[in-house]
Amino acid sequence: MAVSALATGCQPPGFFDGQNLWHEWVVNFFPRIGDSICRGMGGHADGGPPNWLIYLVLGFLGSLIVVNIAALGVPFVVLLERKLLGRFQNRIGPNRVGPFGLLQPVADALKLMTKEDITPAAADKIVFALAPLAFAIPIILMFAPIPWADHASLANLDIGILWVIAVTTAAEAGIFMAGWSSNNKYSLFGAMRAVALLVSYEIPLVLSLLGVVLLAGTLNLSEIVLDQRFAPNILWQPLGFFVFIIAVSAELNRAPFDQLEAESELVSGFHTEYSGMKWAMVQLGEYAALIGFSAIIATLFLSGWKGPLWIPGYIWLVTKMAFILCAFIWVRATIPRMRIDQIMAFGWKFLLPLSIINIFATAAEVIAFPDALPYWLIPINIAFAGACVVGMAKLLGFQPKTRKIVIPGRPVIGDDTPGRIVPLMRGGN
Amino acid sequence: MYGEGILKGLGVTLSYLFKKPVTVQYPEEKAPHYPRFRGYEFVWYEDRCTGCASCAKYCPLGTIKIVTNPELQPNVGNKYGLEIFDIDTGRCMFCGLCVEACPYDALFMGSGFERATYTRRSMMVHIDELRLADKQPSAFARPHLHGVEFGERTSLTSPEAGR
Repeated sequence: MAVSALATGCQPPGFFDGQNLWHEWVVNFFPRIGDSICRGMGGHADGGPPNWLIYLVLGFLGSLIVVNIAALGVPFVVLLERKLLGRFQNRIGPNRVGPFGLLQPVADALKLMTKEDITPAAADKIVFALAPLAFAIPIILMFAPIPWADHASLANLDIGILWVIAVTTAAEAGIFMAGWSSNNKYSLFGAMRAVALLVSYEIPLVLSLLGVVLLAGTLNLSEIVLDQRFAPNILWQPLGFFVFIIAVSAELNRAPFDQLEAESELVSGFHTEYSGMKWAMVQLGEYAALIGFSAIIATLFLSGWKGPLWIPGYIWLVTKMAFILCAFIWVRATIPRMRIDQIMAFGWKFLLPLSIINIFATAAEVIAFPDALPYWLIPINIAFAGACVVGMAKLLGFQPKTRKIVIPGRPVIGDDTPGRIVPLMRGGN
Repeated sequence: MYGEGILKGLGVTLSYLFKKPVTVQYPEEKAPHYPRFRGYEFVWYEDRCTGCASCAKYCPLGTIKIVTNPELQPNVGNKYGLEIFDIDTGRCMFCGLCVEACPYDALFMGSGFERATYTRRSMMVHIDELRLADKQPSAFARPHLHGVEFGERTSLTSPEAGR
């Protein structure tokens, strides 16, 4: 059984013995809690409760903690996003409810709970009601293998990354269910775009992960964090990080890839018809995915819960997640929405070749230095990543060309060029 | 360079993050307005008004009602005392002709604009309200009165303004 509820449940005797420093307690908070509960229940001794009961209780408590991190974190991430978006756009942001608007999530939650839950008359009622759940629940499942500290993941899965990719991809089914069952053409547009985005961006996402997997030699997230003991993976894998963070922002349907809920054209895309708690579930899923993927990025590329100072691992992880969240919000505040054909071209022609190049380069490095990569590879890798990005852009013609447009009509006297040169925009003028 | 535009844009938004927001929190703080800004109210100086009723004559909609009584202020020279000076702002179109017509600079448009009410009746401005109102005259129709310095308002309310 691969499940290790709150670390490994009962530790063997001697694991914690002889170290009663409060600091050690704080650092190993989650395993300590699990150990204490296990011992309090009688442990594995004869006459105590059966092992499956201990695992059940520990698993339930751990799930409670992690699900609440996801569900209670969402309103505050929404508040952070609104505040930061406001400041990025020279506004103030929400500041009416409570000091500095800190109670805004509470007000939002109360509003959503008291709102009327409308189901359109023409909707497919059962699918319409199930879609938010089908969207939100897989996203929350994604939090299971994330290591919050040493020995502190809810489920120490050997296929951690595969699990994350699988459940987040399953959430797209919820989006399509929502768009289809709303019986609204704009919702359906949003759902179709979601599926198109998924197909385009899931492939570079997974392929850019493979570099990290090659370096660590495992899919287990805890092992991947432990493998980054010399330097975070972003230094060995700059190209992979570049592709991964772009593919993740497409996977999360965030700007500049938020075509499927483009407010100005599709109202809100697939969740146009939702209101009240169903809408809240959709929102929960979206922002929980944001939190979860920022944890995944921190784990894979920024050495997760490990940090240079003696600060507990979960605090390091949350700090890195906050940085990544702020970066996502910054990008959202800056870059305008791309057109759907631009998004498709970007995914298939630009990101996919880059991720494949990254796999082969990483594989060559791992074969050349099977024990550990030398430090002098870091600048080479960064230069290689930059060269790859620029070269791919040059190869694909991601620069404005010029073309001559001949304006029909009577030639102007004295003007011997019957046309004018205008810059050719990508996608045609 | 590739991606230069994106980096530039990111720099612009990042610089906004450290600037003071331009938002004015309206009910608590109010943006300054210029002296010629014309709001939705009237400012009336009783000591300058002679009760000549030019404003009432020039009003195209007849929203001003004036009733004078010479016995109210018998000792103040060629001046009538006013019993009623009512302006029906519910029917007023704020054309400002009354202000232009006033020969003694007794009537001004005001700078206030927060006059939303729930009933039509309460849009009638009575003489007592005009007497007690917080006087913030606008320099509309009398631009020569707000002084050389733009933004200076003292000359509007100075004693020599009307005479």
